[in-house]
Amino acid sequence: MLETVAFYALAATAVGAALLMISRRNAVYSAVFLVICLCAVAGLYVMLNAQFLAAVQVIVYAGAIMVLFLFVIMLLRADSPAEGLETLSFQRIFGFVFTVILLFQVGAFMKTAAPGAPAGGMSQEALAASNTEMVGELLFTRYLYTFELVSILLLGAIVGAVVLAKRKL
Amino acid sequence: MEIPELIITTVKIIIVIFIILTAVAYYTFAERKLGGWIQDRVGPNRAGPWGLLQPLADGVKFFFKEDVIPLNVDKPLYVIAPLITLIPALITFAVVPFGNRVTLFGHTIRLQIADVNIGILYILAVASLGIYGIVLAGWASNNKFSLLGAVRSSAQMVSYELSLALSIIGVLMVFETLRLNQIVVHQGQMLEWAPFLPRWGVFVQPLGFLVFLVAAFAETNRIPFDLPEGEAELVAGYHTEYGSMKFAFFFMGEYANMITSAAVTATLFFGGWQVPCLDWSAFSPPAAALIQIASFSAKTLFFAFLFIWVRWTIPRFRYDQLMRLGWKVLLPLALLNILVTGAIYVVKNA
Repeated sequence: MLETVAFYALAATAVGAALLMISRRNAVYSAVFLVICLCAVAGLYVMLNAQFLAAVQVIVYAGAIMVLFLFVIMLLRADSPAEGLETLSFQRIFGFVFTVILLFQVGAFMKTAAPGAPAGGMSQEALAASNTEMVGELLFTRYLYTFELVSILLLGAIVGAVVLAKRKL
Repeated sequence: MEIPELIITTVKIIIVIFIILTAVAYYTFAERKLGGWIQDRVGPNRAGPWGLLQPLADGVKFFFKEDVIPLNVDKPLYVIAPLITLIPALITFAVVPFGNRVTLFGHTIRLQIADVNIGILYILAVASLGIYGIVLAGWASNNKFSLLGAVRSSAQMVSYELSLALSIIGVLMVFETLRLNQIVVHQGQMLEWAPFLPRWGVFVQPLGFLVFLVAAFAETNRIPFDLPEGEAELVAGYHTEYGSMKFAFFFMGEYANMITSAAVTATLFFGGWQVPCLDWSAFSPPAAALIQIASFSAKTLFFAFLFIWVRWTIPRFRYDQLMRLGWKVLLPLALLNILVTGAIYVVKNA
């Protein structure tokens, strides 16, 4: 009962914040609603007994990446676009088409895959007791290659950023 | 959750919030008094004996001041920003253990509000949200000095959060758990290579402690890292446009953050509620619990004092020095700490 209420509250917050995020004209407000949306999704992770994922979601996305977003918005004074000036107006058509496609995909997924999806193989009690350990174990055994590939990708991005930012190495 | 458990948790929350708010009030008093002594002044001494009622007078003043909202601010964010600072500062304390378990009236009570399995990550997560209060306040004030404070603080937080998180990883590697109470329990023994020293985080992770302490100062916006405020060049930085109770919320948030930082430092690196060379079984449970709370409070108070001591001793960094220290000194040191800790771990277990 309590879980159902919490789920619908979090889900409504996430969807509502996401809608507000794309409909605000002011970029700072968009960023704030995105933070709220990310936090609500983190709450959903907690309900799925994925506390580690929830904490990382808040630390990395809400606490670091979105702060950088705000930093850039404020530094470039990009918070309020000039009135009546809309570049890239063809984006609206693309946006509409892709949204319809996405809605169909979500609908199809909810109809077919969700009830038949395999369970994670971890018991609720074990997850509640040692969530982080289990994520770590999976990362370093079953998903080791993916994990290492992602780290190389990130390392490449860091090196690239340094090369781009520094005029003289 | 059963009903008695619910009541116990509620009571714990009320007590902890009450203590923190009182501590915040007297922390501001201690800051002014100690600051006075360090600078060879008297400090506040008008309200009550030795000025002890000063926080009360301040509080009354804040409450009865007219609540002005400047004309050109972005009203919703301007109003909500002080709350965004204060609330995370208060709820981070939820996972800090101020004692071990104690059995009272047939119930085992954990002297900690919530023993969540992600422990320290919860603190990092909530603390990383508190920064939005400062950033949004600076932006919503529609004032260039406030905006500069906000921009500075966002860059500073991201830079130092990284070192802070990485410095904790060494502690997690040594104690092999994220739960704060477990970390404290593991600090109860003596060191293998130096039996006269307790196995506190500071002795097994000296470099990690140094990085953590510096980053904690930066994260709480204290001198020498109080550039978001920077009164010499930015009027008052992000809270230039704030007055009365809204300003008080920023103020309380800052001091609550410092108390939590001091408590986390004591927990991770100085044995939390442990007392070296003390056999807990020699005491009755309530007495042991009281000693533990006293030990934890004493350590927390020391680090709270350290914040004041440093503030009135050291001048402020320049912004480029701040960035250089964060990225070119602290971050490499934190990474080196992880590498060394890992190497020792491998050698020991080989």
